[in-house]
Amino acid sequence: MLKSKAAIAGIGATEFTKDSGRSELRLAAEAVFAALDDAGLDPAEVDGMVTYTQDANQEIAVAREVGAGELTFFSRVEYGGGAACGTVAHAAMAVATGAARTVVCYRAFNERSGRRFGQPDARLGGLPTSQGLEMSWHVPFGLMTPAAWVAMFARRYMHVHGATSEDFGRVAVAMRRHAASNPAAWFHGRPLTLEEHQASRWIVEPLRLFDCCQESDGAVALVVTSAERARDLRRSPAVITAAAQGAGEGQMMMTSYYRDGMSGLPEMSVVGRRLWEMSGLGPRDIQTAILYDHFTPFVLVQLEELGFCGRGEAAAFVRDGGIELDGRLPVNPHGGQLGEAYIHGMNGIAEAVRQIRGTSANQLPGVRNVLVTAGTGVPTSGLILSAA
Amino acid sequence: MTGAPATGVTTDRELRELADKQAALGEVRGVPAADPVNTPMIRHWLDAMGDSNPAYLEKGVAPPAMAQVWTMQGVRSRGRDRSPVDDVLAELDAQGFTGVVATNCEQTYHRYVRLGERLTPATRFSGLAGPKRTALGEGYFATWNVTWYGEADEPVAEMMFRVLKFRPRKRAAPGPQGGQGEGGQGEGGRRPYPLRPAVSRDTEFFWEGVRHGELRVQSCADCGRLRHPPGPVCPACRSTNRSYVTAAGEGTVYSYVVHHHPPVPGRTAPFVVAVVELPEGVRIVGNVVDCPPEAVGIGMSLRVTYRAMDDELILPLWVPRES
Repeated sequence: MLKSKAAIAGIGATEFTKDSGRSELRLAAEAVFAALDDAGLDPAEVDGMVTYTQDANQEIAVAREVGAGELTFFSRVEYGGGAACGTVAHAAMAVATGAARTVVCYRAFNERSGRRFGQPDARLGGLPTSQGLEMSWHVPFGLMTPAAWVAMFARRYMHVHGATSEDFGRVAVAMRRHAASNPAAWFHGRPLTLEEHQASRWIVEPLRLFDCCQESDGAVALVVTSAERARDLRRSPAVITAAAQGAGEGQMMMTSYYRDGMSGLPEMSVVGRRLWEMSGLGPRDIQTAILYDHFTPFVLVQLEELGFCGRGEAAAFVRDGGIELDGRLPVNPHGGQLGEAYIHGMNGIAEAVRQIRGTSANQLPGVRNVLVTAGTGVPTSGLILSAA
Repeated sequence: MTGAPATGVTTDRELRELADKQAALGEVRGVPAADPVNTPMIRHWLDAMGDSNPAYLEKGVAPPAMAQVWTMQGVRSRGRDRSPVDDVLAELDAQGFTGVVATNCEQTYHRYVRLGERLTPATRFSGLAGPKRTALGEGYFATWNVTWYGEADEPVAEMMFRVLKFRPRKRAAPGPQGGQGEGGQGEGGRRPYPLRPAVSRDTEFFWEGVRHGELRVQSCADCGRLRHPPGPVCPACRSTNRSYVTAAGEGTVYSYVVHHHPPVPGRTAPFVVAVVELPEGVRIVGNVVDCPPEAVGIGMSLRVTYRAMDDELILPLWVPRES
């Protein structure tokens, strides 16, 4: 069993901007150096590397730049931001099985100044691969941006549970409030009001501009090693109590519109059940959660799928201040991707580690266990990180 | 669909009589090729097709797919050598079925032809089917077969060819948002619509159905389970025997979005995309058109319509059932 075999011993990041002014490979190398320095490890000790299939920097290229030597493990995780916690899951499995001893997970991109994921790409439906064919039932109708794919679920969720645009807005407002007191956040010192959210333009109804996370340039890297070794390194470890990937029945990349319902996230339910089962913990044992927030509605759905509230109760949970720093379940104390930066979920894992260490800009008291999720509406992944 | 005038019974009978007469002629020999199979033409063809296989020129044989090339008449010399097909096509033109689109082409190769051989074509008119209502308009499918013979009078290649001759609509079908500023009809046809589907052998039946004005839903030929989007294997019983049913063309909005931003190529915002639930029990995604976005709601009744996005691509879209 994977439980508590491995730990995150180092975290590193570049600054988060709209135009990094340097190559994605350089961003990756900078973040990896920062993470290794944080752990107090030499690049030559790295023998494993994991990133996203969407990352433009091959493991061997990053290894060359940072001066890592021989690699005995490298892997890629699929499905966009759904890969985030999956990289740590792969690394933990490699460490637990002895495939590698020191594994670096990284994500680096110029998502704002380079290729922007929110822009339509007419080639999406062009190739007769399984994914191209899947896209071909949607792209010809102009349904071709992540906001649009998510909006289709959001509309159904509103219909089934009576949620409103203001309910989505409260998530954005909370994230921006958290980011406002995080110096590393793009929206540091710039909170958002619900009125501003409601006045923001439609992107894809029912999603407004401020329901969509920002776009960022930057990189984050994590160092995973055995929990035993991590105890002897520079920082107090964030033990990987549970790690899981999940895809639902009848899953598609971002257009799973053909399953029974459209108001849930079955793939996140798969991840949640695995995390609770592996850790032996439950929602009450979690002091703060990092919930993937590329679009506000799925934060509500995740609260339900993970058991932090009942079906259809998330809007009330948020309305009652449940996700605030002083709420029942503080969510994304760093400000999430709506407030801090969009580094494809990797920056959220770093925040979870800081909360365990007690070093976050918005540090919460008595944090023992943090639940982290990855991309929503896609095949995804999750972690429970714990203090040693 | 509306807008295509019904074909008169007289017209139909005249066309059928002519078609029967031409078919009764059987195979009619054409004039031999103007030139023998030759290196320059093979070289041009390989270059145009991007075929870099050196074997043809090295061995002195023509690519089999060139069969038609050797006996094709020039644009200006066309009509010098009339085949039984020409009279039928001319009559269809005269009756107002002036549109033409090739729908089928199947070639059979008996052997390679060598440099210096001179081929002779022979054409047999094999049938006229119609009138049919298609997404392009009302029309007839005309089918003929060509056989190319070598100098020893033996067949070297055969081709079955089918076209749809249709009566073009008076006006170009509007685009999903009413046609302004997209896919406009110009001198050289409509601007190509940029959002094209990938089609595989597992999905081509659907798009073929759309071209025929049918909404086809995959069904398992063994257990009968319906499935959309389609795939090669029945997830219920593992069967790869696939069939399809033609949906009634009605549905209700299960969910929908109104796209505003960012701009989508080939589209004018705002536009509506819906997940439509069919009474057959599957869901399908498409645009809701001919209806202001604010009038769309979950549960709204729709019926399918077929819209030409450019000269080639037709998409199944949805309109309010009342309209």
